[in-house]
Amino acid sequence: METAYLIETIIKVVVILLVFSALAGIGTYFERKVLAFMQRRLGPVNVGPFGLLQVGADGIKLFTKEDIIPTNVVAPIFKIAPVITAATAFMAAAAIPFLPQFDIFGYTVHPIVSDIDVGILYILGVMAVGLFGPMLGGMASANKFSLLSAARAAAVFISYEVVTGLAILAPIMMVGSLSLIDFNNYQVEHGWIVWSQPVAFVLFWIAAFAETGRTPFHLIANDHEIIDGFGTEYSGMRWGLFFIGEYANMFFISFVIPILFLGGFGDGSFLGAMALLGKMAFFFFFFLWTRAAWPDVRPDQLMWLCWKVLMPVAVINVVITGLVMMF
Amino acid sequence: MFEAVAFYLFAFLTIAMFFITVTTSQALYALSALAAGMIFISGFFFILGADFLGAVQIIVYTGAVMALYAFGMMFFDTTREVKEKKGNKFIVVGLATLSAVLVVAIFAAPMLSSNVLALYPAIEGAGNTQSVGLVLFTKYLIPFEVAAIMLLVAMVAGIVLAGKKMDLSLTLLNAEEIEQMDAEINKKVLS
Repeated sequence: METAYLIETIIKVVVILLVFSALAGIGTYFERKVLAFMQRRLGPVNVGPFGLLQVGADGIKLFTKEDIIPTNVVAPIFKIAPVITAATAFMAAAAIPFLPQFDIFGYTVHPIVSDIDVGILYILGVMAVGLFGPMLGGMASANKFSLLSAARAAAVFISYEVVTGLAILAPIMMVGSLSLIDFNNYQVEHGWIVWSQPVAFVLFWIAAFAETGRTPFHLIANDHEIIDGFGTEYSGMRWGLFFIGEYANMFFISFVIPILFLGGFGDGSFLGAMALLGKMAFFFFFFLWTRAAWPDVRPDQLMWLCWKVLMPVAVINVVITGLVMMF
Repeated sequence: MFEAVAFYLFAFLTIAMFFITVTTSQALYALSALAAGMIFISGFFFILGADFLGAVQIIVYTGAVMALYAFGMMFFDTTREVKEKKGNKFIVVGLATLSAVLVVAIFAAPMLSSNVLALYPAIEGAGNTQSVGLVLFTKYLIPFEVAAIMLLVAMVAGIVLAGKKMDLSLTLLNAEEIEQMDAEINKKVLS
């Protein structure tokens, strides 16, 4: 039993690592194509059919490019910062059920690495640690723009986390559990949570943009400064790790939102599993759509939005949910 | 066996991290080691089966250390070493060792004499989160509420201290008003 469990867990970890690293690469292809379509450009077309091999070309470039550690940086911190972003993104995936359980050769597979009973807290907590990557990278680089970027990362961090926590509190009160599998099973019985908690859904969705650092809250790596914020001093695979972390985070949060609010994989049939993948694809697409359609906000606007608008709304939502559940 | 391996791994990592925190003179090393140590502590909670406390440890301390980083960014050039003012080394080391031994003794003494009894044994069927909630809202209700009031007082005080220009919001001003304000400030500086 113990050995079988160990082998199963290791296989699951390796599969998740490989699938989502590859998806991160393909995600960049989709992002370029979708942005190009919306901005009436062509996007990648030259490498391979429809530019599909662009992902491979980028990969080769990232892997083989010289890894430069500039002088005057704090080398150990500078080296470990990208690893934090990538590693925490994948650590958070340990508590996400990607598919319903299925049988293969008479062996029941649970496509979740560990169903701990505080799943959602663990996921949000570990994803939050991921923001240490940009911040440490920015602070360790001897570069003023990187330092500014690190300061913005700290500002984003202290703003969005309260909103995520309070928004998710109301659904947790209804479900009475923190495990994502319990969330899914609750919605099979009582219908999707989004119908009873639309406010929490919207708040969590907005906070997800801040959590992954996507436009309109893409102010950590501020594109308007032409350089790449915390990534300015990075090159080669270390920069690639930041990239993989960001895209893996987007995929994971796109899994978490439907499982929390939109019924997840339903009753666990094949159709339900496909529906979860479809919902995930929609949320991922929405990240790209927003990037094409919206400008970035300023840091002070983000803090104003989180603390003065979203947080009061979230608190009111929690109070109303509590009152409704009491009476 | 896994528990023993995990315990010794996390014990070593935690002690190493906090050792770096107190000995280094580089602000960035100290802060990062502190953050790492705080997160490694959550490993002990997970080993003991207290998942809820483990997750809370991660969430609370990432936020807390992030605030420390912000202060570090304001007060130091974090890529340079800080010149520390060092007093008498022996007094510092001696007092630190003494207080550490005292704290261990205070917590270990009742356990050694086995006077520690579980007054509120775990309830059958209640999960981790529920157990914490039950104890928090029955036995420890008054400390919990007092802590809540203290935090509220601290928050109000913080807002009063920091919020001298709270009625002026740069976010709600339009560009012309901001320019006008800047011009006024410049006039003051120049005159």
